[in-house]
Amino acid sequence: MADAEKEIFPCPMKRMKGNENSVRNVKTPPGEAGVWFASMGLALGLSMVVLLFGLIFVRGFGFFWPVPVMQIELQDDSEAAFRGATTFAGALAKTQQRTDRIVSESVEEFERDQDEESGALATIVDTYTEIQLFVGNRDFYGQSFRYFREDEIQSTTFPSDIVRAERRIEGDGIFYPQRIRQVDGSEITVDEDGFEETMARLVREARARRAEINRIDRREIGAINLEINDIHLELRYLQRHADEGEARERRIAALEERAERLRESFAILEQRADELRQLNRGNTLFFQRADGSEGQMAIGDLYRFHYPNRIGIFDRVVLFGIHFWDFVSGYPRDANMEGGIFPAIFGTLVMTLIMSIAVTPFGVIAAIYLREYARQGPLVRSVRIAVNNLAGVPSIVYGVFGLGFFVYFVGGSIDALFYPMSTEMNVPTFGTGGILWAGLTLALLNLPVVIVATEEAITAVPRGVREGSLACGASKWQTMQRLVIPASAPGILTGMILAMARGAGEVAPLMLVGVVALAPNLPVDTNFPFVHLERKFMHLGFHIYDVGFQSPDSEAAIPTVFATTLILIMLIVALNLTAILIRNHLRKRHKASAF
Amino acid sequence: MDTSNDNSERSPDAGGEVSQPRMQVERQALGERGTYRQDYISFLNYSFFYGPAQVLYDIELAMPDRQVTALIGPSGCGKSTLLRNINRMNDLIDGVRHEGELLIGGESVYDPHLEVISLRKQIGMVFQKSNPFPKSIYENVIYGLRVAGRKKKSVLDEAVERSLRRSALWDEVKDRLHESAFSLSGGQMQRLCIARAIANDPEIILMDEPCSALDPVATGKIEDLIHELKENYTIVIVTHNMQQAARVSDRTAFFYLGKLVEYGETQQIFMNPANSQTEAYVSGRFG
Ligand SMILES: Nc1ncnc2c1ncn2[C@@H]1O[C@H](COP(=O)(O)OP(=O)(O)OP(=O)(O)O)[C@@H](O)[C@H]1O
Ligand SMILES: [Mg+2]
Repeated sequence: MADAEKEIFPCPMKRMKGNENSVRNVKTPPGEAGVWFASMGLALGLSMVVLLFGLIFVRGFGFFWPVPVMQIELQDDSEAAFRGATTFAGALAKTQQRTDRIVSESVEEFERDQDEESGALATIVDTYTEIQLFVGNRDFYGQSFRYFREDEIQSTTFPSDIVRAERRIEGDGIFYPQRIRQVDGSEITVDEDGFEETMARLVREARARRAEINRIDRREIGAINLEINDIHLELRYLQRHADEGEARERRIAALEERAERLRESFAILEQRADELRQLNRGNTLFFQRADGSEGQMAIGDLYRFHYPNRIGIFDRVVLFGIHFWDFVSGYPRDANMEGGIFPAIFGTLVMTLIMSIAVTPFGVIAAIYLREYARQGPLVRSVRIAVNNLAGVPSIVYGVFGLGFFVYFVGGSIDALFYPMSTEMNVPTFGTGGILWAGLTLALLNLPVVIVATEEAITAVPRGVREGSLACGASKWQTMQRLVIPASAPGILTGMILAMARGAGEVAPLMLVGVVALAPNLPVDTNFPFVHLERKFMHLGFHIYDVGFQSPDSEAAIPTVFATTLILIMLIVALNLTAILIRNHLRKRHKASAF
Repeated sequence: MDTSNDNSERSPDAGGEVSQPRMQVERQALGERGTYRQDYISFLNYSFFYGPAQVLYDIELAMPDRQVTALIGPSGCGKSTLLRNINRMNDLIDGVRHEGELLIGGESVYDPHLEVISLRKQIGMVFQKSNPFPKSIYENVIYGLRVAGRKKKSVLDEAVERSLRRSALWDEVKDRLHESAFSLSGGQMQRLCIARAIANDPEIILMDEPCSALDPVATGKIEDLIHELKENYTIVIVTHNMQQAARVSDRTAFFYLGKLVEYGETQQIFMNPANSQTEAYVSGRFG
């Protein structure tokens, strides 16, 4: 038998050994484990990035998407009932599992809940599914979101005539329109033909008037206000300086006359704006909420409305676009909770540009000196290490430095030299936070990034090119200017891209040097001298912080936070793409030789 | 050249157009070919050090005007160093030092009154590895003129055509002068570098193994070019190719370990070398 086995497997031992060897060879080539770990790390990192961006994308874009509105009917004894009403309408925000542990509160309850045998205190564990609805009507409900237990919901419907309305204050309203009383006293009810058309027309008209009001407010009254402020400041200044004199009297008289005239035109404009406001208050919409309660609002306070359960996909896409546009082009209202974020986008953009304009020349010059002109030795080496370490200093420290150096020292000196009035009257012009100081602070913050990137780019320019240039009779500076710097421009731009991405997303230092939650004016506008670098400004990053963590209804703020984050990311991506396009263009010009 | 700015490395455009080179004057005084100055470039008891390391030892060498002098010798013997000292390219390296004299047209290149920049403007250099600039072909050729502050378009155009014709590149690139220099082939790039070196109308052309990266056809073209150029220029060429040295040069200098072993008419060095090391090297039994 043993022989037979031998015949079938002529050399079992040897074969096994051979197999083993080959298996080992296949399984563990050197370095395999390292590759595996590397790919693990990559997968982990990638999935985290994808998750984060996916979340921001979905929630951010979801903010603009017109979702259907469901109407739910709760059991009569539900705890979620509001003022006795058990019917609610709202957009589904989320569905989640929830577990409540109910601990007995009274002796009787305790005895009832006590475990019979062990005598231990029992807790009732209650697990259920709950939904969160955006019910809107904050003026009525007190908050925009409400939770409901799913098992208490008796029925769910999607009524086609319910309206979701964007209102001037108190967030969105969700209701059934009933009738409209127009300014001339005529009424049109929802059952009549042409009700929706009338409502849409009135809303449109109100929007046009509101645009006009805003124009008057922001442009004309804004300009007058600025000038009146200046005049008042000067008047107070002159009054304080009691030195008598013909000239001074004349100046005061002239100023007062000018102020008077401004006040007159102010009054005229104000009156026109008031008339328009009056008109916008003229038409009233009466509506009924899901629970049957009645309400009314001026059509002028109704910004947009749509029938969330009726419209088709095309209209939804259009509305999505409109909402998006409203958000990026509109001004905030209602304590930043509503409206758009245009001033924040604009402020971020301008500040980032100021930062780039400031950081690039300084960084590039510093890098050129360090790399090309300074004698390479321990001193330069330690300077380089110090620069690299600067990148690790907490950004708030830069904020403090910016406040002390730029705002108080530089800004204060500018005020003392050029704005004696603002110094004396204690109304600082440059001696307070502003977009220029914020830009410069961030420039300082990003200096190491640009220096390191530039140094690397300069070093990468081949020695042969430099020698060739010098051999042609070029001076060192000409070589730098004509060959080395252009050839390292792509690398310098890489530094700028990094700096912009970091700068646009930085918040902490800005809070000390000029960012505000709500800025009355943009840093660039139509009032002379058009660019107002001393002004305070809004910033997307700070807006996220302000809306998300400083607002009374943080639940309601979450979607806005996501949307704002999305816009911030889109802005950074857009800035970077621009820089990358420029860089690619430069690279094409300076592409390395291919033999 | 007569401005007394020592710190010439940092003065842009220094002496660009104004300096009338002394070598020029020197040369115009000379007669026809054959009666040119025999010691146009001369090393007198010249030694050179990279920091503590001595690379050249007591070189005595006089190169005649409007002739081709070839420098040969095994790798690391100091040929490039010698060549790069003629236009003081070695000044760029920290810690270099020299002893002895190096004269061009009878004037010391280390004369404190001489500006390195104007010296280099009169010496074209072709590097071992072609190094076109990341610019257009046109801009590459006129780089030297540009840094000298020449702006007139007609002058620049004329210089481009003349230099490219001389470097046998004109017909190949005349229709794409404004394309990147990197679109050229390796051999074309090397000829472009030659065009760049002669665009400024220098007195001397230094070539450090100009053909080391080229195929025989391109090498042939460049050798033809050298023949043509020596009508007008003094050429110093470093080469590892004995045949090439024999073909293109009038005189040959053989270096070994930083010392000048033998120097003479090319004919004589290759046919009848006085030194046994030289004979071993040129016949390929050495190095
Ligand atoms: N920048 C430098 N610093 C220090 N030593 C150098 C430097 N450049 C060259 N050397 C040394 O000087 C010596 C001569 O170098 P060189 O480049 O002149 O040789 P070469 O004759 O041109 O050689 P090859 O034919 O290989 O080009 C070599 O020993 C080299 O190591
Ligand atoms: Mg060499």
